[in-house]
Amino acid sequence: MKFLCVDCDEQMTFYERKEPGDGTFAAGFVCPTCGRKVALLANPMESRLVGALGVKIGGRTLDAQPMEATRSSMVGRDDAFVDETAARPGRGPVRWSPGGVERLSKVPNFVRGMVKRIYNEWASEHGITEITPEVMDKARTDLGLEGM
Amino acid sequence: MSFRTYNEVSGEDRSRLMSQVVAQRERVARRLESVGRVVAVMSGKGGVGKSYVSAALAVGAARRFTGGVGVLDADLRSPTVARLLDASGPLRVREDGVEPATGRGGVRVVSTDLLLDEGQPLRWREPAMERFVWRGVLEAGTLREFLSDVLWGPLDLLLLDLPPGADGVADLTALVSDLAGALIVTIPSDESRRSVARTMRSAMEAGIPLLGIVENMSGYSCGECAASGRLFDGTAGVDLSEEFDIPLLATVPFTPGSNPASGERAGPIEALVDEFLRVIQ
Repeated sequence: MKFLCVDCDEQMTFYERKEPGDGTFAAGFVCPTCGRKVALLANPMESRLVGALGVKIGGRTLDAQPMEATRSSMVGRDDAFVDETAARPGRGPVRWSPGGVERLSKVPNFVRGMVKRIYNEWASEHGITEITPEVMDKARTDLGLEGM
Repeated sequence: MSFRTYNEVSGEDRSRLMSQVVAQRERVARRLESVGRVVAVMSGKGGVGKSYVSAALAVGAARRFTGGVGVLDADLRSPTVARLLDASGPLRVREDGVEPATGRGGVRVVSTDLLLDEGQPLRWREPAMERFVWRGVLEAGTLREFLSDVLWGPLDLLLLDLPPGADGVADLTALVSDLAGALIVTIPSDESRRSVARTMRSAMEAGIPLLGIVENMSGYSCGECAASGRLFDGTAGVDLSEEFDIPLLATVPFTPGSNPASGERAGPIEALVDEFLRVIQ
């Protein structure tokens, strides 16, 4: 999809994505000429349709994890997957606060390993050494980790 | 006020949705580069033994091919192939993909049967409203990930065990551009013939080569007393072969207690494997 600033007849540029955790989705676009901003606001069904394609408006911040769409959408058995991945080497160590661990424990086991890895990588890329619930909120907004 | 429309606005799509979809397709193509042949196994109706035939072919082909054989169970809602091949999880997630399960004869397998709790239907997370709208997209996404994200490795043959009916055919050609062809499974009845014919026409319209027909449950054969006879009226295998001018590769009788993945070299199954490998060479 493209957003057109009608006054300037210029394609607008993506600048921000938000997933507030209520099933909705928002994406902000700005005109590079006049600076006018618009926000696309999608309801849960519309958000689900886009998410079901395995894509994110504005592009991805991190590469898709293996079977990311399936693992995050399907209601599966707890022991279906064994996640043997780790945060990419060369990045700083990341630890989890007790609050972060508790929040993570609420994520379904089917997908928990994948979600933990995503948080670890996001934290490493942002120079964060401890993952707290606040850090998880920020990462979730940035990456669109709805419900996680 | 008038404004330009999508194709009138030049420049890349800054939502980057299409580029991500293209990247998904490219990922599938890269993963299948090391697969010699991808063959779909199709039927018109459920219960004709399509998965039985897929499992038997996989084990038989694995004995002949040195490079390996895989089965992707594309019947997401009613998966059976993993069980027929004695394959089980958990599936190991690595940096660059998910390891498939390994079944009899070393056949590599991926199926929703490995992901779902016993007896539980395929379900997706909320929202529940208008679920029928996005469920198909999610299932197509899982099929895509089974192709692109599973570490199939080098294979001589990857069988795609499709759900019954014509619906899965169109999804397939959108994902796998280099399909070697389709094997059709029917039973003798006229009802199956009519249903399978629709599936075959869908495949032809999608440009998928039809490799041949297998008539399963062509009769019954008792392994103990040697009694045999017909199970169904009809000659669907021969009829479809003549109508579509493609070979009837084998007629396989129903033998109580037979296990397609046992590796036993029963005559009709072995003959089917021989003919199938001949047509895909």
